[in-house]
Amino acid sequence: MHLWQHWSWQIDGWIIAAGVLCAVASSLLGNFLVLRRMSMLGDAITHAILPGLAVAFFISSSRSSVPMFLGAVIVGVLTALFTEWVRRFGHVDEGASMGVVFTSLFALGLVLIVQAADNVDLDAGCVLYGAIELTWLDTVSVAGAEIPRAVLVLGVVTVINALFVTLFFKELKLSSFDPSLATTTGFSAGLLHYLLMVLVAVTAVASFESVGSILVVAMFIVPPATAYMLADRLAPMIWISVFLATVAAVSGHVLAIEVPRWFGYRSTTTAGMMAVAAGALLALAILFSPRHGVLVKFLRRRRLAWKILADDTVALLYRLQERDPEAATDPNTLRGLLLADQFSFRLVLAWLRRRHYIQRHDGQLRLTRPGRHIARQLVRSHRLWEQYLTSFANIDAARVHDKAERLEHFTDRSLRDELDAATEGAEQDPHGSPIPVERSEPGNHSDS
Amino acid sequence: MSGDDRTLRTQPRVQREPFSASRRLRGAALILVLCCNLSTSPCVFAHYSPSGRVGLSGPERVSWSARPIAALLSPALAGELLTVDTAGDPSRSDRSLAGRSLDWPTWRQLRRVLLLQDYNTRVVVLGTTLLGCAAAMVGSFTLLRKRALMGDALSHATLPGIALAFILATLYGGDGKALPVLLVGATISGLLGVATILVLRSLTRLKEDTAIGAVLSVYFGAGVALLSIVQQMREGNAAGLESFIYGKTASMGRADIRLIATAAAACIAGCVLLFKELKLLCFDDAFAGSRGFPVRRLDITLMALVVIVTIVGLQAVGLILMIALLIIPAAAARFWTERLGRMFLISGALGAASGWLGASVSAVFSKLPSGAMIVLVCTAMFAFSMAFGSARGVAVRAFKRRRLNRSIDRQHLLRGLYELLEESSTADDANAQRHEGVRLEALLRKRSWSRPRLLRQIRRCQDDLLVQARGNRVRLTRRGVIEARRLTRQHRLWELFLIHYADVAPSHVDRDADAIEHVLEPEIIEELEAILSRSGPALPASPHRLDQPDPVPPAEGS
Repeated sequence: MHLWQHWSWQIDGWIIAAGVLCAVASSLLGNFLVLRRMSMLGDAITHAILPGLAVAFFISSSRSSVPMFLGAVIVGVLTALFTEWVRRFGHVDEGASMGVVFTSLFALGLVLIVQAADNVDLDAGCVLYGAIELTWLDTVSVAGAEIPRAVLVLGVVTVINALFVTLFFKELKLSSFDPSLATTTGFSAGLLHYLLMVLVAVTAVASFESVGSILVVAMFIVPPATAYMLADRLAPMIWISVFLATVAAVSGHVLAIEVPRWFGYRSTTTAGMMAVAAGALLALAILFSPRHGVLVKFLRRRRLAWKILADDTVALLYRLQERDPEAATDPNTLRGLLLADQFSFRLVLAWLRRRHYIQRHDGQLRLTRPGRHIARQLVRSHRLWEQYLTSFANIDAARVHDKAERLEHFTDRSLRDELDAATEGAEQDPHGSPIPVERSEPGNHSDS
Repeated sequence: MSGDDRTLRTQPRVQREPFSASRRLRGAALILVLCCNLSTSPCVFAHYSPSGRVGLSGPERVSWSARPIAALLSPALAGELLTVDTAGDPSRSDRSLAGRSLDWPTWRQLRRVLLLQDYNTRVVVLGTTLLGCAAAMVGSFTLLRKRALMGDALSHATLPGIALAFILATLYGGDGKALPVLLVGATISGLLGVATILVLRSLTRLKEDTAIGAVLSVYFGAGVALLSIVQQMREGNAAGLESFIYGKTASMGRADIRLIATAAAACIAGCVLLFKELKLLCFDDAFAGSRGFPVRRLDITLMALVVIVTIVGLQAVGLILMIALLIIPAAAARFWTERLGRMFLISGALGAASGWLGASVSAVFSKLPSGAMIVLVCTAMFAFSMAFGSARGVAVRAFKRRRLNRSIDRQHLLRGLYELLEESSTADDANAQRHEGVRLEALLRKRSWSRPRLLRQIRRCQDDLLVQARGNRVRLTRRGVIEARRLTRQHRLWELFLIHYADVAPSHVDRDADAIEHVLEPEIIEELEAILSRSGPALPASPHRLDQPDPVPPAEGS
């Protein structure tokens, strides 16, 4: 396979290491951004750090990384601060205040840089231009081993973030879900908020420097969002997001090498493909998440709709026969009365016939004995509810039908008995129809 | 600094050359591409270099073709920058770092710009003004619909569409850089991005901001990956593609202006024609739905307007500027009025003004890039509006609050005085005036106010002839007694109302009444009187003890 022929741990290993570290560091914090509805902050910060870089360059007159890093982090935190101020003092909503702040800072940075950097190579191994592919070229030696600088920096940031999340887990959790409760229990949610902002800025700048801006924003948001689709508790959510971030980073690099080859091109950018891989994972989670997945929810809803249609069908047959034993009960008439679509109705009829609830006699549908039994239960539930609602909930008799229609599907024997007791064994519902009598066994008694 | 700077400046990118030694490695091909591109470009920051400006020097300065391919590698930044010219002109290349000063224009230059005498200036100023107006008008709806960042997501989401359109057009033998092709690609993928956001928001448990962020970054990532492919294509010349995509304010031409004018007119017309519907959509979409308005279709129309203005703007002025124009003027206009119609007009005017001013400033000062200047003018307007806006500005609100606080303090003072007089059983008017006054300490104990604050308030009331202060004692004047009676009466009526009708314990009513007494209108007082059937000027006794309002449960009401 092409991939392994050209694989080099020297290069690809370090690229993946940088990618994974960046992804993990970002998504650790990203969980809290997503939960606090501040997802766009990562985006805003990565855009807004430009003036920080420019000013750092003005002051230090050098392109060394440390002042740039500091400048960028300071402006990153200022972005969060300004956004908060505009939101609070100007009563501008969060998204708009963020938009105002980061575009302004970006424009300011642009003007400053144009003033400063006529032909100066401000870039120089540094901040704005992330190229994960070049990670392995720029190494520093740590304890005798040559480690890429980006990996080192990101490693440190990852450790800091992991420590932050572990040490302040309880506080972060509380302040993410209920900031005012957090403040009343005695620690400052505001302080924690700004600590989080500082770390977000540090992470954004560190990742930005080594792996590029798209990747940071994608990793801040997408793996935590995926985890949010899969988990309902904070700790599992964080673990899942870290795992997914790792998967996205590794598969992103592999895809970047493999996919373009299918179309006859060389590899493409790893950062871009990592974002795409993370996006693909999110799409999968959205579709197939066992609890919150779109597909699962759709199927669940479909099944419920069919079950209700089946209930309605037998109940309708019961009512029609109750009113007029000779009533036409051919499928098309029924379908018209039930307002069901062709497919669902056929499916439901097939199911009902397989369970022997209904049978066909010269084109007419008839309830079997077990069918009549469940139909009677349904109709009894319906009419008991109507009676109960009119007498106890003061609902007009003309309007109880809809409510009873909903409740009848979820009413079991014990609830029916309770309703019966509450309505003092009423024999008629408010519309004058008889309430069927409860019978325990299907079919041992002759039906009326 | 100069020594260091000179080495910086003279250090060519070719220093990356040693990397070529590693070609045998697997990553070599990739690295090679990167290195080549880096060495063709003076530096990445060259994209930000200054001479990309509008105006005076005429179009010959604007040499977009020379924009390096390396920009494709950092589209995240290069793409978002506007109006920046890479190559610059030779006369400027020797400018030293120290030369940070702006070249002040002569009067003649200034007049030429302001009177739009240059063709280039005229075109650019007209274009940015129109665009600013249209974007700001559309933006005022998206702002109120709380979709401000939608423009952000949308403009990032256009990238894969542009790259794909280029690839497909080139593969099928067309001109990949033809504007219509790119615009169609951008529109389709931008709309797809917006649709994804809306679907994510309505079908999943993800919140709006998360949906926007996820779509923005994933689409943009895909775009970057595709652009890297575009670069490797032998067919078609990708050079300069991003300038079609990401703005070329300085080199706008007649065709661009026509496009911008058409799109702007369409957007403004759309907003005006659908004004009522969009207004309803922004303020109460559920109500709009119940009145039979096609909410979903209106929403899509609004998004389509955003798409049109964004995409036209993107290729004319750049990504960040577009986001800024969509958000900032509308947000600024919000400070001036509470009515949508006015906000719409003010926002349009602010947008147009910042387009015009920004472009003009950039034309006058050679070192200021026009896109960034437009944003900064917008920001300045926003800052001014936020500070001094007549409806919701910080200053106005602070002023109103101060006035309210003062009037509350005055009412507290008067009532406090009156209640103290009442305690010493001299509460009828004549006695109150003859009374030698209340000691300051007694007043201080009455509420948690500081001595300076109390003194200030006494001085103010004295100016209005409501009280007289003599030494350590304060007494009410005739006017003061009347006013104090009225206030105390309001307070007690409300207390009685709370006790009798809201079942609030007598020990708790004081604080509730305290909060509301200042905003009770005469009509409400009349109503209270009617309810409590206590007509006439008689003043009910306090339903709770006055000396120790809180700790001791007071006797039952009067």
